[in-house]
Amino acid sequence: MAVKRNGCEGCTDITCASSKQVLAQDIAKGVKTAYDRIKARGMSACLFGSGGTCCRNCNMGPCQIIDGVEEMIGVCGATADTVAARNFARIIASGSAAHTDHAREMVRGFLETAKGHGPHQIKDVKKLMSLAEVFGIATEGREVKDVAIELGEKALAEFGKQDNTPISMLKRAVPKRQAIWNKLGIAPRGIDREIVEMMHRTHMGVDQDYENIMLQGSRCALSDGWGASMLSTELTDIMFGTPVPRRAIVDLGSLKPDQVNICVHGHEPLLAEALCIAAQESDMLEMAKSQGAKGINLVGVCCTGNEILMRRGIPVAAGFVQQEIVLSTGAVEAMIGDVQCIMQSVVEVAKNFHTEIITTNYRAKMAGAKHIQFEEEEALKSAKSILAHAIKNYKKRGKFFIPKEEKLDVVVGFSHETINYMLGGSFRASYRPLNDNIINGRIRGVAAIVGCDNFKLDDDVHEIIARELIKNNILVLATGCAATSLGRAGLLNPAAIKYCGASLREVCEAVGMPPVLHMGSCVDNSRILIAATQMVKQGGLGDDISDLPAIGTAPLWMSEKAVAIGQYFVASGAQVVFQDLPTSGAKKFNKYLLEGLMGPMGAHWNVAKEPLEIARLMIEAIEAKREALGINKKKERVLFDMEMRRDLGGNKAIGDAGCTGATHHA
Amino acid sequence: MSRIICSAAIRGAHKIVDMAEEKYEEALKKYGPEKEVAFPNTAYFLPIIYSMLGAKVQTLGDMKDIFQECRKLLPPLVTDSLWLPYLAPALDSGMATFFAEEMFEAIRYLDAPEFYTKTEDPTASNIWLGAADDVIFRKRGVEFVDGTAPGFAAIMGSPADKEMASKIALELQEKNLYIFMHDQTNGISMPEQLVANGVQIGWNTRLVPFGKSYTTAVFAIGFACRVAMAFGGIKPGDYHGNLIYNKDRTFAFVMAFGEVSDEWYANAAGAINWGFPTISDWDIPQVLPTGICTYEHVVSKVPHEEIVQKAIEVRGLKVNVTKIDIPMSFGPAFEGERVRKDDLFMECGGGRTPGVEVLISKDMSEVEDGLVTIEGPDIKDIEQGHNLPLAILVEVAGREMQSDFEPILERQFHHLINYIQGIMHMGQRNIMWIRIGKGAVEKGLSFTHIGKVLHGKLHQEFGAIIDKIQVKLYTTPEKVAEVMELAKHTYASRDERLGSMTDETEEIFYSCTLCQSFAPSHVCVITPERVGMCGAYNWLDGKASFQINPTGPNQPIQKGECTDPMNGYFTGINEFVQQASRGAVPQVSCYSLMNDPMTACGCFEAIAAMLPQANGVMFVNRDYMGMTPSGMKFTTLAGMAGGGAQTPGFMGVSKHYITSPKLLLAEGGLKRVVWLPKMLKDELADKLRQRCKDLGMPELFDMIATEEQGTTEEEILAFLKEKGHPALTMETAV
Repeated sequence: MAVKRNGCEGCTDITCASSKQVLAQDIAKGVKTAYDRIKARGMSACLFGSGGTCCRNCNMGPCQIIDGVEEMIGVCGATADTVAARNFARIIASGSAAHTDHAREMVRGFLETAKGHGPHQIKDVKKLMSLAEVFGIATEGREVKDVAIELGEKALAEFGKQDNTPISMLKRAVPKRQAIWNKLGIAPRGIDREIVEMMHRTHMGVDQDYENIMLQGSRCALSDGWGASMLSTELTDIMFGTPVPRRAIVDLGSLKPDQVNICVHGHEPLLAEALCIAAQESDMLEMAKSQGAKGINLVGVCCTGNEILMRRGIPVAAGFVQQEIVLSTGAVEAMIGDVQCIMQSVVEVAKNFHTEIITTNYRAKMAGAKHIQFEEEEALKSAKSILAHAIKNYKKRGKFFIPKEEKLDVVVGFSHETINYMLGGSFRASYRPLNDNIINGRIRGVAAIVGCDNFKLDDDVHEIIARELIKNNILVLATGCAATSLGRAGLLNPAAIKYCGASLREVCEAVGMPPVLHMGSCVDNSRILIAATQMVKQGGLGDDISDLPAIGTAPLWMSEKAVAIGQYFVASGAQVVFQDLPTSGAKKFNKYLLEGLMGPMGAHWNVAKEPLEIARLMIEAIEAKREALGINKKKERVLFDMEMRRDLGGNKAIGDAGCTGATHHA
Repeated sequence: MSRIICSAAIRGAHKIVDMAEEKYEEALKKYGPEKEVAFPNTAYFLPIIYSMLGAKVQTLGDMKDIFQECRKLLPPLVTDSLWLPYLAPALDSGMATFFAEEMFEAIRYLDAPEFYTKTEDPTASNIWLGAADDVIFRKRGVEFVDGTAPGFAAIMGSPADKEMASKIALELQEKNLYIFMHDQTNGISMPEQLVANGVQIGWNTRLVPFGKSYTTAVFAIGFACRVAMAFGGIKPGDYHGNLIYNKDRTFAFVMAFGEVSDEWYANAAGAINWGFPTISDWDIPQVLPTGICTYEHVVSKVPHEEIVQKAIEVRGLKVNVTKIDIPMSFGPAFEGERVRKDDLFMECGGGRTPGVEVLISKDMSEVEDGLVTIEGPDIKDIEQGHNLPLAILVEVAGREMQSDFEPILERQFHHLINYIQGIMHMGQRNIMWIRIGKGAVEKGLSFTHIGKVLHGKLHQEFGAIIDKIQVKLYTTPEKVAEVMELAKHTYASRDERLGSMTDETEEIFYSCTLCQSFAPSHVCVITPERVGMCGAYNWLDGKASFQINPTGPNQPIQKGECTDPMNGYFTGINEFVQQASRGAVPQVSCYSLMNDPMTACGCFEAIAAMLPQANGVMFVNRDYMGMTPSGMKFTTLAGMAGGGAQTPGFMGVSKHYITSPKLLLAEGGLKRVVWLPKMLKDELADKLRQRCKDLGMPELFDMIATEEQGTTEEEILAFLKEKGHPALTMETAV
């Protein structure tokens, strides 16, 4: 079948130059990609599914519901709003479950590391101590190891916690937000419990009030954002090092013609880190040489790529939409996957080449792939046996094509800690300069571009939105495959300040940062929660996240995890914009998500289809917050005299003793 | 763009750390690691390192760790493309620069002890003063504390010519700022320019030549660090507290003249950590976004005519200057200026001629506001070297005026007249002495200008209590004699009234929190018999200040019931202090060193310290630089007494309190005093003898040891035994 390699009529374009080049090669002729399959399927998506009104939760149906048509409610009487809300809530539960199961593995890995098992160490002791404090763990005079073990045990207990007290890290939120959660009764209690309760409440005949369903939807999502995801990010940082700014490259050009190319695909950095360590060991390098390769070139795909990019500067060869294309180069000896976002099609693509698809996790196997279980207890040994398999494949490599010119320089590593440091140095680290420049209007606000990429819209959507935002002096934070995509667009490079509005450019120049800050993988969206909280705590921008001139978008969302993330943002007070939601078939519920959540949460979902429309909506939302904060008014420079200095710095220790208006008459 | 600045700063920092480390290696070979290093007479070691890291550099060997810290802070150079964020690394390298420069300068003190004058004013052969010792620091620090000096300009290099240098210096002085001068431009330094233009430089005119190399920028920054530790109660090692304190309270900035070298950039980057921005006349990039400093970080290409105005605007400083219509410059910066023999045009008073100044209150109908008259010859009527008698009679009236306020108003004459550029005022009452310089006369000085100043400033500062002021000046012997008689009569009745006032006769005491801009956690209690520890505020000042500004720093305290007359516990005072300190200080004694002593801000005139072996108490004043029997110098003791904490056995006091009948009643009063520096004993001699006589022990005066008898407890103990000092047989005080 002749496939037009540049997308298809009526569906989306590939704009990425490297992807186009690879697919145009003869060796890639037999490859079928998602683009091809969209065309081949020959039918558009099911309207009931798209609108969220198909109910399969019991065996009386499936029932397709049409809102407003009396005869077309569920057999049980469930309305369109109930069905859509249940379906939406189950998406949140599934997304949260993915983060939760990922996080559990990381916490278990952390605990083993704390006990001194395996190849990893506690790298960031400072962060360990500060997180221990959050968990109420005594640190003074204690061994790092003991603190780490206690932290690991307490963290692990968060998953299965059964009492009704809130999970530990909720208290990192600003007081006003905590009060909202408590008032609504949605402070998560146990991470697993909230998912279980969500699944229970959406079972046939349980919770049939969409507002009530969404209360648990929020609680479940919060248990991800402030629980699972945050645990994963923080403990991974402590174990593998908190990301600091570093240079790297992204895109297909990071494959090397004369080395063993190994793609690490998936999400949990435990495997990737072990592979990184193993790939530097002399026996592995020797083996590569014996096979005629000059070395071992590990590259990332999807979010595990972002994890090792942030911490080790290892290139990301491909985002989610490029996972088939990276294999189409014929230059990949093996693609090693763990969990999440690995398309089954990679097995078929690999059949065109010598490439091996290796699954490593008992939870995630694929027919036609080679399974080599990654044993955490023997991480290094396990990693080496996986690597050996790939290395031995090198000699089988046939014709290949690596788009040489297409690799982009990026600067990554913008953890919350990095941002805090980079704005003031070791001695004056704080978010003050960020807040100051938002208040004075140089930076209009902060936008997060997060989530996946997919085939529904063009692959330059992230770029178009980001360019529009930075042109309008909005600082962009990015995670996940969205960040990889922005890297491919050259926006993670400090030279990209040339695309900024004049005043954002001035700030980026002062700090030396790119206008788009890569904050990590999709699980690292918890970093954005911490950064936003820090902005509120720094002062001058209101007293809750919902006051900040900030907004998030996941314009090309694909995974259910993105919906979980979106909901924990909204429940934390941050507006989000998606390109669509599977709720449009239920009018009241849809309206509730797009407007009604404002009441209890101070934020709601937004939907906008076109990238420029998304950008415009974000800019308007940010300007509206600025108006509400009263920071858009032109302010005169305040000059301080003696009396004002006396009142500075909140030194009110001597409250009523009279501390103004002195006259010197010594 | 700022990449250029940060790149240069990081390059500069590397060079400076390399240079300092090389110097250190040399010194290590020459002197060995045990060799002591220090800045002159300071308890703050190398103050930047001490305040930021909490590390005491006392020997050459101590520097090793600090150099390691510098190396940790030094980032790689900034690349031309795909650069990593450079602001934070540049700030860090600025900090490393200061650490390295402090060590470099400390080694210089070792290598060349006479490199700096170590004085308040330049000497004939050397204009460079070097780091301020603690005596200068505390004296000047008080001006930061009470607001007479809002901050300082750290100047690098020199403007185009001596006229411009003088103009800029004068403008900065008129803003009440200290001017710290460093390095040179095209081989010429600013202090040299000023001297060449006949401008008096030194601490007294706030024009301070610190050193001729850029490395002396650490003397300016170290001064700021010490201010935070001494007056702000900021602990050594609390780098964040220190930096924020200075950002909020010390209005300092860097002013750079001429081409900016990598080394200057490194120093400028360091200063930004303290919130001190850089203003340059050179065509360098600007850094305008705010955040570390209050406003912009680097502003450049500023013409010399506008540079002072621009600097204070960028730093965010508001200076309230009332324009006094006289042809000379006027302000606190000229208070310490001297009129030397060669500059002298004429003198009044001071034993040369009769001189007197007095302020009396009159009925409203008897005073014509703004009237300034002179009877007798004015300055324009006389030749150089011809001295005149002078009487200054100020008559005031106001609905809120009380005769109690007369001495307070009169005491202002000294500094107000000194504020006039080219005039020097000393003494008070009928022993006043005025020296007038040629410069002032050339500008057209008249005695009536003194009248204008007193009229304008007294109105400004005491507007709440006085409505009308007239000033009468007399330069004929007859009229001066007449005023002298009136004045003596006034002094006599005043002294009688003041002398009869005791802590028992008054129901209300006063708090003083004037120092809050710099010492946020301290509150003074002023009683009739215990003057504020700075020596500048007595009970009447508190009363007048409250009258002038009812919500101001001096608030009345109903003393309440006296529950312990020896310790001086009053229910009202305890309630006040407990509430004012938010419970940090639950009770305060007025008359004890050992039981709940009063806290101190850091601007005390003297310190009382318990000497356990001698079973007595010593006092040491700020100007005494030697060792004391406590085993500590004033500067070290100051660290124990200051900072707003109660430390039994150590207390800041005014000199006046040493001769008060309420002196340390709980410990036995004056009979407990075993040691004073000779200079202090001499200064207080008359009053001390009187107090000894009042106690029925006139011989006590000679039993009090000074450094002539010894500076260790053992040494003075021998003396005390020989003299039979009463403290030895008193019950133990500890």
